[in-house]
Amino acid sequence: MRDILQELEDRRAVARMGGGAKRIDAQHAKGKLTARERIDLLLDEGSFEEFDTFVTHRCTDFGMEQNQPPGDGVVTGWGTINGRMVYVFSQDFTVFGGSLSETHAQKIVKIMDMAMQNGAPVIGINDSGGARIQEGVASLAGYAEVFQRNIMASGVVPQISVIMGPCAGGAVYSPAMTDFIFMVKDSSYMFVTGPDVVKTVTNEVVTAEELGGASTHTRKSSVADGAFDNDVEALAEVRRLVDFLPLNNRKTVPRRPFFDDVKRLDESLDTLIPDNTNTPYDMKELILKLADEGDFYEIQEDFAKNIITGFVRLEGSTVGVVANQPMVLAGCLDIDSARKAARFVRFCDAFEIPILTLVDVPGFLPGTGQELGGVIKHGAKLLFAYGEATVPKVTVITRKAYGGAYDVMASKHLRGDFNYAWPTAEIAVMGAKGATEIIHRADLGDAVKIAVHTKDYEDRFATPFVAAERGFIDEVIMPHSTRKRVCRAFASLRGKSLQNPWKKHDNIPL
Amino acid sequence: MFKKILIANRGEIACRVIKSARRMGIKTVAVFSDADRNALHVRMADEAIHIGPAPANQSYIVIDRIMEAVRQSGAEAVHPGYGFLSENSKFAEALEAEGVAFIGPPKGAIEAMGDKITSKKIAQEADVSTVPGYMGLIADADEAVKISGEIGYPVMIKASAGGGGKGMRIAWTDDEAREGFQSSKNEAASSFGDDRIFIEKFVTQPRHIEIQVLADQHGNAVYLHERECSIQRRNQKVIEEAPSPFLDAATRKAMGEQSVALAQAVGYTSAGTVEFIVDGERNFYFLEMNTRLQVEHPVTELITGVDLVEQMIRVAAGEKLPFAQDDLKINGWAMESRLYAEDPYRGFLPSIGRLTRYRPPEEVHDDTHAVRNDTGVYEGGEISMYYDPMIAKLCTWGPDRAAAIEEMRLALDAFEVEGIGHNLPFLAAVYDHEKFTSGNMTTAFIEEEYPDGFEGVTLEASTLKRIAAACAAMHRVGEIRRSRISGRMDNHERVVGAEWDVALQGDRFTALIEADRSGADVTVDGTTFRVESDWRPGQPVAHLVVDGAPLVLKVGKVPSGFRVRYRGADLKVHVRTPRQAELAALMPEKLAPDTSKLLLCPMPGLIVKVNVQEGDAVQEGQSLCTVEAMKMENILRAERAGTVTKINAGVGDSLAVDDVIMEFE
Repeated sequence: MRDILQELEDRRAVARMGGGAKRIDAQHAKGKLTARERIDLLLDEGSFEEFDTFVTHRCTDFGMEQNQPPGDGVVTGWGTINGRMVYVFSQDFTVFGGSLSETHAQKIVKIMDMAMQNGAPVIGINDSGGARIQEGVASLAGYAEVFQRNIMASGVVPQISVIMGPCAGGAVYSPAMTDFIFMVKDSSYMFVTGPDVVKTVTNEVVTAEELGGASTHTRKSSVADGAFDNDVEALAEVRRLVDFLPLNNRKTVPRRPFFDDVKRLDESLDTLIPDNTNTPYDMKELILKLADEGDFYEIQEDFAKNIITGFVRLEGSTVGVVANQPMVLAGCLDIDSARKAARFVRFCDAFEIPILTLVDVPGFLPGTGQELGGVIKHGAKLLFAYGEATVPKVTVITRKAYGGAYDVMASKHLRGDFNYAWPTAEIAVMGAKGATEIIHRADLGDAVKIAVHTKDYEDRFATPFVAAERGFIDEVIMPHSTRKRVCRAFASLRGKSLQNPWKKHDNIPL
Repeated sequence: MFKKILIANRGEIACRVIKSARRMGIKTVAVFSDADRNALHVRMADEAIHIGPAPANQSYIVIDRIMEAVRQSGAEAVHPGYGFLSENSKFAEALEAEGVAFIGPPKGAIEAMGDKITSKKIAQEADVSTVPGYMGLIADADEAVKISGEIGYPVMIKASAGGGGKGMRIAWTDDEAREGFQSSKNEAASSFGDDRIFIEKFVTQPRHIEIQVLADQHGNAVYLHERECSIQRRNQKVIEEAPSPFLDAATRKAMGEQSVALAQAVGYTSAGTVEFIVDGERNFYFLEMNTRLQVEHPVTELITGVDLVEQMIRVAAGEKLPFAQDDLKINGWAMESRLYAEDPYRGFLPSIGRLTRYRPPEEVHDDTHAVRNDTGVYEGGEISMYYDPMIAKLCTWGPDRAAAIEEMRLALDAFEVEGIGHNLPFLAAVYDHEKFTSGNMTTAFIEEEYPDGFEGVTLEASTLKRIAAACAAMHRVGEIRRSRISGRMDNHERVVGAEWDVALQGDRFTALIEADRSGADVTVDGTTFRVESDWRPGQPVAHLVVDGAPLVLKVGKVPSGFRVRYRGADLKVHVRTPRQAELAALMPEKLAPDTSKLLLCPMPGLIVKVNVQEGDAVQEGQSLCTVEAMKMENILRAERAGTVTKINAGVGDSLAVDDVIMEFE
């Protein structure tokens, strides 16, 4: 009996060593942790339960049958993050470079199926050289099996990808279909075709970092939602994100004890809006002052900074925030910002996360770059996302809400539940100067008359009251009371029930 | 008594005057420029009158504007505060002409003391000790030696036309005087084309100590003891205290009496300050008299219990001083720290912008301690570029100097200012500086102790352990809260451990926490600390008691830990489980990111202004060019010092994101 028990321990010990001490050292030398170390950091201490520890590949080509390490290059299982269940897979670069074989894929598929069935998020830690070439099409089939699960799980359980090494070729499409992608600076990259192929085909000379490093994907391509300095920090921040997310689409958002005053007034918000309507201010200050304990988890912080997206808590419960940022491009909407915000809104709606929208938008960015890039359809994504969302929606217009952008930003007409405006709000078709020049075209040569007309327009339309008179604004509120008002609004919406008409799925302008 | 007074000033001093006036039942009128429409003094006053555009020379120091405001408001008297029109005799005259009282000295006294040479002459005539020197022309080296001997060594030999140290020599002996005279003369001739030389006493180990005087219109004058203002940066006072740790009773009395004599010699009324320079042997020499309320007057108020503003108003209304010299005793010790919107890490460059957070420490006043904060700003207010960068004066009082200093340290630790650069860390560093705490400082203190500017504070190991204990206890509270989230698996909850690894300032400690109802015993590398606090996650200031002594930390968020600001130090404190720490130790040290030597356009926009040329050396924070985007002007600044090697874009160019505007070396 003892021997049998001992054999289990021995086998486990072998499995835990992955590709062996030498390769583990090599992994560490690159500033990377091993698959199991990463899981230790991701999950509550001692909570990890491993599946398929002893699974081996079944390839017999190229002498592969001589080398069958247990686990086959991926560690899978489940555990808890602050006591809440999550499923996890973590690719082991020390075993065949983390390459994906048929059995490697089957292990991932197994935990994804369980996550779907049991309603818990899936967190994938990617560190893989790609397909296991020795296995040929069996490996490709494995990828596709994972892709299909990613697709089916989308909108059912949150899926988070953490890229902690190479992720190239077909492998990128699994993370691409998950809800969030995080990368580690300097030690991870993602691309469909690598620098060598790029050079052969297009003659472009580019480094892996330039082509698909964390900076590229967080700033330029927007493929990644965030990047962190190292594995330790990345996993700590993923834990922090999971605390904001519901476990699945049938569960409400998590609540946790909070130490902030629901009725807290913030007098400094009364002076947030500068006297000059063209002077920028930092919308993040408002977000931080509204949120419980000033805690904000920003998504896509470095991309399309003219719109801010992320999670806060109000009264301990998660709320998604979308806010125009007047500091960048005056907070206007454009292709990138509309895409960024639309995806965020749809995530929130899919997982029943209420949405708070803070509006200071002068309109859409003009220019050939935008029009030729298809701003019509990209802008429509955000409009569509807001319009179809059935979660509680509270909107606060702080300053400008001009033109079509007013409609887009969770307006009353898109089934906004509470639409508040600050007294500084200007809800109009356009700014006073532009409007005057169109309405009073005949007086264009007369600067004095134009000035008078402009003043008239400002007095009448550069206010929240025309909209309030029509009921498009439910209430004009004092800036200092915004937290209190917004908290009460969401509290009143806890029982909200709204269904869209039955459809197979909608046809959002992709 | 007046029914209504106008305060011809702004900022903290206007607020300060309004407070006393209000207590006396006098209505107050504020004046404001365009930039001060929402300022605190405007909010505090009973009425407020707009006096013009933001620049002071178009508003606060335009006599006509103020006079108009006086007429409009019907104020019976005007308090000028300090700066602006406070020492302008024409203003005093204009008020007199309209029969409005000036809450300050008579115009004759302002004039007499306003001129350096005249004031020195008057001082000499009133037997006030002045810096000995010879102002006449000196014929040759022999005469120079003779004069030097009469003055007494050391002496300073200076070129009349001199400046910047040129043509200046310090002599300690006859030989040095002879040599110095000759070389000064030669240097002066070649540098300035003017070889006139004068000689005066060289004051060694100089300290700046000043006497507060107060005189009424009935011939009574008293002194309210001294203030020491030796902690200065480029002649800008930073820290003041009363009394001086250097004076003895006899010197104090002599300085006080001479100051009163000087005040009486010029027919002074109201509050005034006689400034002295004091050498290492307690010889004191008159510098000048400030015919107004000083910025640092609160320290005098704290040790004498006299409200100087109230007395100024009463004197202006013709009342007699309610006390005689013998009534004015020194009670305890007071410190004042001037909080400036200047970034100490960037060579004390002024910083402007929005005060996103401004929470001064709680004001208290009782027999054992006092905290007083005179301020003209509020959270959400704007620090503009138009005026003095001082945003508050934080004062503390204690029974003795050590107590006042300790009170100040705690007050600075609790003072929250965000949104702009400010000198809080620097102030905190000075209060922990041995030379300052010993009281053995001179006016060269900052120059000598911080020759390369301020580079932050390194804390001692014992302090680090205290902070580690506090952070471990706080982190545990935060982790327990996180483990109480909804949606947990029942009976399989996360158990938050007792052992933590704390990394800060390059050190690592192991902390074992044994928590109970009222706090925790935290053992850090063998030393057990008792940590008590009602801190809750998210609170930006933690008031803790560690082993019975208060510990006040400003805490921000970083992954797995806190950003802690304490006593001028700014630390990242990582609190991790032993396993997390073990793995974190494997992470490579990240080099500071190589933010390349390019200025990239951060947004698509139009270049409307380029402020530098190729070849220019630029300083960190210097504005390089302005890009207009969406009708807003964005100023792009140098992220570090360097030289502009190439400018790729000019005014009128339309740029896309990440276009290279200029290159540096």
